[in-house]
Amino acid sequence: MKIPRFSRKTLCIPYGVFLLFFVIIPMLFILFYAFTDKQMHFSFSNFVQFFSDPTKFSTIIYSLVIALVTTVVTLLIAYPVAYILARSKLKKKFVILMLFVLPMWINFVLRINALRELFNLISQAKPLEGLANANYFKTVFGMVYDFLPFMILPLYTTMLKIDNSLYEASADLGANGFTTFTRVTLPLSMPGIMSGVTMVFLPSMTNYVVSDMLGNAKVTIIGKFIYEYFGTNWHMGSMIALVLLIVVFLSTWLTGGFKGDETVRGTNL
Amino acid sequence: MNKQTLFKCLKAGFVGLILLLLYAPILLLAIYSFDKTNMIGRFRGFSFDHYVDLFTDPNVLGMIGNTLLLALSAAVLSTVLGTVGALGMYYCKKRVKAAVTAINQIPVINAEIVTALALAITFVTVGISKETYIPLIVGHMVICTPFVVLSVIPKLKQMDGSLYEAALDLGASPFKALMTVVLPQIIPGVVSGFMLAITLSLDDYIVTMYTRPSGFETISTYVYNATTKGNAHTAVTLSSFWALTTILFVIIVLFVVISNLTGRRKKEESK
Repeated sequence: MKIPRFSRKTLCIPYGVFLLFFVIIPMLFILFYAFTDKQMHFSFSNFVQFFSDPTKFSTIIYSLVIALVTTVVTLLIAYPVAYILARSKLKKKFVILMLFVLPMWINFVLRINALRELFNLISQAKPLEGLANANYFKTVFGMVYDFLPFMILPLYTTMLKIDNSLYEASADLGANGFTTFTRVTLPLSMPGIMSGVTMVFLPSMTNYVVSDMLGNAKVTIIGKFIYEYFGTNWHMGSMIALVLLIVVFLSTWLTGGFKGDETVRGTNL
Repeated sequence: MNKQTLFKCLKAGFVGLILLLLYAPILLLAIYSFDKTNMIGRFRGFSFDHYVDLFTDPNVLGMIGNTLLLALSAAVLSTVLGTVGALGMYYCKKRVKAAVTAINQIPVINAEIVTALALAITFVTVGISKETYIPLIVGHMVICTPFVVLSVIPKLKQMDGSLYEAALDLGASPFKALMTVVLPQIIPGVVSGFMLAITLSLDDYIVTMYTRPSGFETISTYVYNATTKGNAHTAVTLSSFWALTTILFVIIVLFVVISNLTGRRKKEESK
């Protein structure tokens, strides 16, 4: 009998098995529960119920709008910051970048708790009383606050790679600042925008911690739905999860995120 | 003032303003962590009470212990699994590599709630009790390991592949060649993967919520529950977490200052 020799390829096995058991099979379970009823018979009832219930539908629309607004605002803040830092000639620009990233080291629930206290304090002032009930505003603010580093990092890394001589060439060829931006900076930073947007859009549709802590329990997003059904009806919960899963896969496939891009979450910093 | 300086001031002002917004809530908690009471709004007197609570209250210490122990064990396991996995992926056939890379992306891009729900129903259906801590640890590994893989792979790509062959030619066993030739070259990726795994695990709320054994509280689960269903009793403990936030904040500031100083020294030395 031949003793199996150690080979570099066998190193693939443990992680492959792990992924199979804890990533692939759980996804299959979601699929299974989504299309069965409580007696474990195959059924489309969850599917029909999901798409015919107006409250569920409106929750999805709300979540989409919140996620969209959050993503746009985050991008509008992160893009100039990343651009200024990447183009800056300061020797210490890395330190400033770190300042944007470091709050992530404080537990995110604690940070959202801090933001909540800040909102409470501000809304005690007479002219800003309205803030106490501005639940959607506070939710979006909290999400932007939490996800900003995830947008800045990929933008910064892609912008840093843009060769300075391209800007000079563009200026030499007579382009003004605006044209240089639309024809050089924007197209070349597109990969960063893409990975930043995927890092922000999805969590802001599903991360109900922020909406719960800042929205006075008035803001329900799709993630909270799954949580509520987890206690009562797995089949319905799985159906919602499955819908989310399909949305995620479609958007990732469209933006080419399955290739294992290193810029995601700035892992190559 | 000419146009250029004005533009420079505007840029600095913008970056400064965003930083101020990022740090304002943390600073607020830092100030009130020295207050006698646990009410934010009016400063009622200086005291270290919350700091004393933080280091003496068995509840608080227990939660911090749980959080750290969970993060450390999840990070160590994820780093080992992810590093081995990345090595395996790097040397595998192209098709296997593409498949594993794609599957590796699933937990990264997937909504955390979907990952959590899928794991929870899987463990219940298979019959592994949450009380065994297996679902909790595995859950954290599922969210951490892909990031370890993603930070090790680029280092493998940068590596000179012929060094491994050279080690084999010189008589090293494949295992020894991996440990003494390949591993030292990818260590930076392994370390940053480990750090990333720790931060992800420390920050996690959703997966913990779905997979934790009953009564097991981390900082995240406790603060979330205390804030959303808050009552007078929990508020006392909550304010000792303000003290914790402050301590973490101070560590961050120190880190920035120190890395700033050592960076300058290195540059001067190289001159």
